[in-house]
Amino acid sequence: MRRFLAILKKEFRQIRRDPLSLGMLVFLPALLLIMYGYALSFDVRHISVGVLDHDRTRASRAFLDSLFGNPYFDRILTLERSSEVDVAIARGTVRCVLVIPTGFAAALERGDETAIQAIVDASDATLGSTAIGYLEQLAARATQQARLERLAPAGAAATLPVVTPEFRVWFNPELQSARFLVPGLIAILMMLSAVVATSLSMVREKERETMEQLIVSPVRPIELILGKTLPYVAICLVTMTLVLSLGYVLFGVVIRGSFLWLSVATLLFLFAALGLGVLISTVTRSQLMAFQIAALVSILPSVILSGLFFPIRNMPLVIQAVTVIVVPKYFISALRKIILKAAPFDTLWPEFLAMFALGLAFYALAIRRTRKAA
Amino acid sequence: MQQHPPAIEATDLTKVFGRFTAVDRVSFTVQPGEIFGFLGPNGAGKSTTIRMLCGLLSSSSGTARVGGHDINRDPDRVRQCIGYMSQRFSLYRDLTVAENLMFFGGVYGLANRALRDRTAEVMRVTNLAGIESHITGTLSGAVQQRLALACAILHQPSILFLDEPTSGVDPVSRRLFWELIQDLASQGTTILITTHFLDEAEFCARIGLISAGRLVSLGTPATVKASVSEDVFELSVGDLSDAIDRLKTDPAILATACFGPRLHAYCRRGAFTADSLRVKLGAAGVPATAIRPVLLSLEDAFMRLVVPAAQPAAGSSV
Repeated sequence: MRRFLAILKKEFRQIRRDPLSLGMLVFLPALLLIMYGYALSFDVRHISVGVLDHDRTRASRAFLDSLFGNPYFDRILTLERSSEVDVAIARGTVRCVLVIPTGFAAALERGDETAIQAIVDASDATLGSTAIGYLEQLAARATQQARLERLAPAGAAATLPVVTPEFRVWFNPELQSARFLVPGLIAILMMLSAVVATSLSMVREKERETMEQLIVSPVRPIELILGKTLPYVAICLVTMTLVLSLGYVLFGVVIRGSFLWLSVATLLFLFAALGLGVLISTVTRSQLMAFQIAALVSILPSVILSGLFFPIRNMPLVIQAVTVIVVPKYFISALRKIILKAAPFDTLWPEFLAMFALGLAFYALAIRRTRKAA
Repeated sequence: MQQHPPAIEATDLTKVFGRFTAVDRVSFTVQPGEIFGFLGPNGAGKSTTIRMLCGLLSSSSGTARVGGHDINRDPDRVRQCIGYMSQRFSLYRDLTVAENLMFFGGVYGLANRALRDRTAEVMRVTNLAGIESHITGTLSGAVQQRLALACAILHQPSILFLDEPTSGVDPVSRRLFWELIQDLASQGTTILITTHFLDEAEFCARIGLISAGRLVSLGTPATVKASVSEDVFELSVGDLSDAIDRLKTDPAILATACFGPRLHAYCRRGAFTADSLRVKLGAAGVPATAIRPVLLSLEDAFMRLVVPAAQPAAGSSV
């Protein structure tokens, strides 16, 4: 216990004496959250649209007007000739061009089916498919509107059957991707700082050869590892509080769930993440190498294999199997459940258990390797 | 001397790294309170031996007992009774002198009053009083050396391992450091020290000469010197390399070594006198300005006992 306390005290002293690293540990995740939180968004809004109206009738103008006046499409260009379409799309002036054919009004008048052409720049697939989705909805609404108008004089409006799905969107009613992304970002940033900080602090002892001095002393590996990682648990908790506050203030991410389960999730996550940091330190000799491995091991799988951007169930089975050891996967899942859904414990325990088990495995391996070094 | 069990007892201690045998069946004993010096060129296996004894490395074969405890079976007991100081002065450079001492004291389970008393005591002994609040990294090598020693003796170990503690320290500080070591030994601490400074061997009660992983000579400095039964002549010659080439041709001249501007010739005992060697050299076309027989020094013994490949490293370190 005394030995453990001595290490703990020393580690805090060293951290305090290095305000730059401490600042990085606390404020860098906050800074990155702000940057990524604003930059990363799956919401498609303000798609720039060009319009080429061959019909030039009241009906065609009315139809076009009905498509705009919402946050999704901005009419920024009116084209005169078909030849201008290619140029506008190629230059990226507009993402989408709507072409109203000649005879649009006449066809509507006759009650015939008519088509409008939408040319969509799908070089950004998300944007393209979202634009198409919006357009389909808007066109359907315009059609319905036209039909109703046509039937109205005949007094038959009330008899036209229409099925309208009414959506109740739970947990994230505005379907903002920030709600969904911020918990994930928090997990990734915490993963990065926790793994890098612990591995560096352990490897520093090796580089300065103070590790040898500790190995020849009666200090047990567990005392050393706990004494060296607990200060980082404390710092990471501060960081976590900061990024969660920022998530609320800047992105409106409200924590709906219980703070108890949030704390448990965070502690279990830190247990696993710091364990991974310690494990990395046992296989590296220099701080530079430790930093590179830690950054690689923490960021890459967090981004690609955690389910933050790419759904895990769509991955090949082999890759799905690999994601089992990706710590942030469980933390992201737990954070989403707690922050967005206010999920109770009986839906959270699988994540908790997984993080705990991974942490135990990392520490067990790290302690074994530390002993071997002795 | 034999009434006490030895403080350190190594038996056929061996360390193999892949295909390289760093330490090859090294056996020796060190009595309690003795200063035992490990001498040898760089890479001879001195540090590897010390690291095995401290539990920093496992041995490939052979055994050793330190403080009566087997290093392989009872490493925790060994750790309690040893202090270790490496040539890199493994200190926390970002902590103050006092914080380093407090930390290492805590690591050995000292606390409160006992820790404060011991810290004050070792600071007095190692002459560190007054600089408690200095940041370690800003101190000179000599002060860091004393602090590293202070950290290693805080818990009053009965056996102290010092791995090249004097490298990179000025001669005056080296001498002061040896005075500290001798004080510790006189108070009963067993000391195993490695060095490649041959003059430091004179401070050791016994020395082990290690070369290419093998212990080639073991005993007091006098017995180690006596183990080389050759005559040594010191020559002042005009052209050193020419003289070396010509001396080599005589089978009775076993080896030569440069000592500054002079040359030592190691000759089969009784093969030459100063005069007969002068005659021989003159006949061979090497006019020697001065030839005199000299007593074989520890450095001469070192030259003759270590394997030839290691000679340059040894010659340069005096």
